[in-house]
Amino acid sequence: MSTEITVNDSELVEAPGAHSARRHSEWVMTIREAWRMGRTKVGIAIFAAIVALAVVGPWVAPYSPTEFVGRPFSPPSSTAVLGTDYIGRDVLTRVLYGGRTVITLALAATVIGLGLGVTLGLITGYARRWVDETIMRILDVVLAFPQIVLALLFVSIVGPKLWLIVLMVGIGHAPRIARVARAATLEVAQRDFVRAAEAFGISRLKIIFSEILPSTTSPLLVEFGLRLTYSIGLIAALSFLGFGMQPPAADWGLMINENRIGITVQPWPVFMPVLLIGILTIGTNLIADGMGRALIGIERDTGGG
Amino acid sequence: MATVSSAGPATGVERDVVLTVEGLTIVLDPSGRNIDDEVSLFIRQGEVLGLVGESASGKTTAATSLLDYQRRGAKISGGEVTIDGRDVLAMGPDELRTIRGGVISYVPQDSSASLNPALRIGTQLMEILEAHSFGGSQADREARLKEMMAEVLLPSDRDFLRRYPHQLSGGQQQRVAIAMAFANRPKVIVLDEPTTALDVTTQAHVLDTIRDLTKRYGVAALYVTHDLAVVANLADRIAVMYAGRIVEIGTKEELFEAGQHPYTRKLLSSIPDITGERALVGIPGWAPRPGQRPPGCAFAPRCTWAIEKCSEEYPPVEGPTDLHRVRCWRWKEVGAQTAETDVVLRDKSLDACDTPEKTVISVRDLVAFYQHKETLHDITTTLCERRCLSLVGESGSGKTTLARCIAGLHPHKIEGDIEFMGKPLARDARDRPRSTRQAIQYIFQSPYSSLNPRKTIRQILAAPLKVFFDLSRDEMEARMEKALEQVALDASLLNRYPDQLSGGERQRVAIARGLAAEPTVLVCDEVTSWLDVSVQAAIIDLLADLQREMGLSMLFVTHNLALVRSISQEVAVMNEGRIVEHGVVDAVLEDPQADYTKKLLSDTPTV
Repeated sequence: MSTEITVNDSELVEAPGAHSARRHSEWVMTIREAWRMGRTKVGIAIFAAIVALAVVGPWVAPYSPTEFVGRPFSPPSSTAVLGTDYIGRDVLTRVLYGGRTVITLALAATVIGLGLGVTLGLITGYARRWVDETIMRILDVVLAFPQIVLALLFVSIVGPKLWLIVLMVGIGHAPRIARVARAATLEVAQRDFVRAAEAFGISRLKIIFSEILPSTTSPLLVEFGLRLTYSIGLIAALSFLGFGMQPPAADWGLMINENRIGITVQPWPVFMPVLLIGILTIGTNLIADGMGRALIGIERDTGGG
Repeated sequence: MATVSSAGPATGVERDVVLTVEGLTIVLDPSGRNIDDEVSLFIRQGEVLGLVGESASGKTTAATSLLDYQRRGAKISGGEVTIDGRDVLAMGPDELRTIRGGVISYVPQDSSASLNPALRIGTQLMEILEAHSFGGSQADREARLKEMMAEVLLPSDRDFLRRYPHQLSGGQQQRVAIAMAFANRPKVIVLDEPTTALDVTTQAHVLDTIRDLTKRYGVAALYVTHDLAVVANLADRIAVMYAGRIVEIGTKEELFEAGQHPYTRKLLSSIPDITGERALVGIPGWAPRPGQRPPGCAFAPRCTWAIEKCSEEYPPVEGPTDLHRVRCWRWKEVGAQTAETDVVLRDKSLDACDTPEKTVISVRDLVAFYQHKETLHDITTTLCERRCLSLVGESGSGKTTLARCIAGLHPHKIEGDIEFMGKPLARDARDRPRSTRQAIQYIFQSPYSSLNPRKTIRQILAAPLKVFFDLSRDEMEARMEKALEQVALDASLLNRYPDQLSGGERQRVAIARGLAAEPTVLVCDEVTSWLDVSVQAAIIDLLADLQREMGLSMLFVTHNLALVRSISQEVAVMNEGRIVEHGVVDAVLEDPQADYTKKLLSDTPTV
């Protein structure tokens, strides 16, 4: 045919200006792009502040968490900046000590839930047919129990063990995460690049983890943030109900429960943990949201509109 | 300009001009990059102006701006739109609401997405009449509803009006959308690629309806499209857009017979020619997106006429007449060449296939099911070595199903035999031996879906190499570079992600991935339907070259009968899951035997 168009030279020469070849892995790029967004910065700042408070807190606390420094429910004074709790311990000290457990347990529970849920979701979404039906119906049964009831059921049988709480909160998350992962997988699995991999004869497991999983990370990352938020709330709630940390340990959830009777007299021992848990969840949500947006590439510069 | 207008005194023109657009400029907000620049045009009563452009030319953005609507992130930064002397861009929200759907109406590209799936069509049609208080009474509106349905050749009985959009065919849905647009007897109507999603036969009918209604009611119509062949049959005048500017505007005859802008000329020669006389000539490169547009004339990098001045300064509006305007520094020289000199005749010697026929793939009495429904019936065909067989048909004809059955990608039950080199093929690609999977490569329709967006081009090209060959790292790299070279891409793209490439480049990568497996059979499923015509021509040419040079056997699936001549030696026309005609390309296209082929040929728009 004509020689005019055998090579599209100008396509090469005129390569879009905005494209500098990306040598970094996509994770690095995603995090960078997420960082460019205001919401992510705010989220990270909040999360870092709370984590720092929980980690460094014990070293800067004025008293020991079990030390009696005044009369119960005494209001803020020069000796106890936030006053004392129901048996006269320093509120500030207990707030500074009480974050570690809830953050660690929440993170662990979320990671367990995510690992379990994503694996199940990917398998069911890609396998379809009877594998999908069987696994999803089993998950529906788990889903039928409110998360807190599910956790309480086992904790009340085995006893308030921390590993059990983490496990049960994680298992409670799994069906919900699996549904999100499955929906994302269904959408990705019908795209042609998956068919292309099938036509090459690449193994199913490899297709799931190397072709499909990377394309589902954005809803999953958002889900991670959301579930972390719920884990914090749930673990705080279990402590509040007396199944988490046991007295006299300092723990935000436990503090709310122990001091709620005196809320009208001395609100600080309830208010501070509530505030910190609230701020922490907002922070994790903002980060998740920023990461989600970066991954979809909403603000990625493709040179286009 | 020296030339005096031949279209009569200005007042004569003004009298029946309904819509004028002056210097419309639309930018991306907040970056301020231009989407559209200095768009000026007018449309007279009863006239159809075709607005033609490739993807990212800003044609849809310009068109919706006539209704003072901008998509998210776009902003009108200057210019004027007047309908009957009223400035649309200066109107407040309330006034806009009364003119939208009243004085000026809009037909979207995809009517299945724009009709509310939860409302009966009768309700939706009545809604637009009520919103603009058409007529004086409900009885008037009901009469108008009946009339509208008759105008777009749809039944107006109660049963039909009580249907939901999903109960209508694509063509019927588009007719309903057109009826809605014409409902309040508008002065101006904006049609945004209303037939792109339709089959050629349906398209031909819808175009007839549009032509008839605009003439009958004296509506000024703006018809936005990427398809010059469509406007050739519909528009009175044509405006060609490139990178946000109108590069040439004039009557259909002026543009088609004496185009003054190189882009207009090139665009015409990249349209596939169903008669097979003309070769398909693409335009190198692709249209720049907003923000990537070079200084000076945006077409200069792709233009064979370009001189230094072109990349420095944008040419002013000039032209042979007051109404035939063009923006090119060298329009006089371009125009001086007769259009015939652009035509490159097709080398017909390539049609002949002198190699002895050796069957590579043979399909016998194939029946395929989609779930439990039979979608392919008794298909028998063969693909010979070093030949290209085109499968042509409209959507739902089963052409893709057949291609997928051959590639082992049909997920449902099939009966009958598919043989490759005399050995039967398993239904599922996974159950086929490695050598067979390697030999048959499938190129997908959409390069936006067939390349994993999370992988670099290197990772994408590595997939077949890892599965089919045992190579060292260096050998892999060399093979990848070779594959890219075969599709005329540079090895520097290896580190890019698909979303950093243009559509044409992506499709080249997809082809390179197929070639990397060193196949003997290439199955191409509508590989150009997502691409611009100028890019399509280049891809077709590339595939034809590759097929000849590498001695591939190729199955080329397409809905565009006009493309068939440019690439294949044999053609099978499919309709409703059957092959209705099968033969050598020239014989089938010049002397079709089946009624369906005849209909398809007459409905395919030509320039």
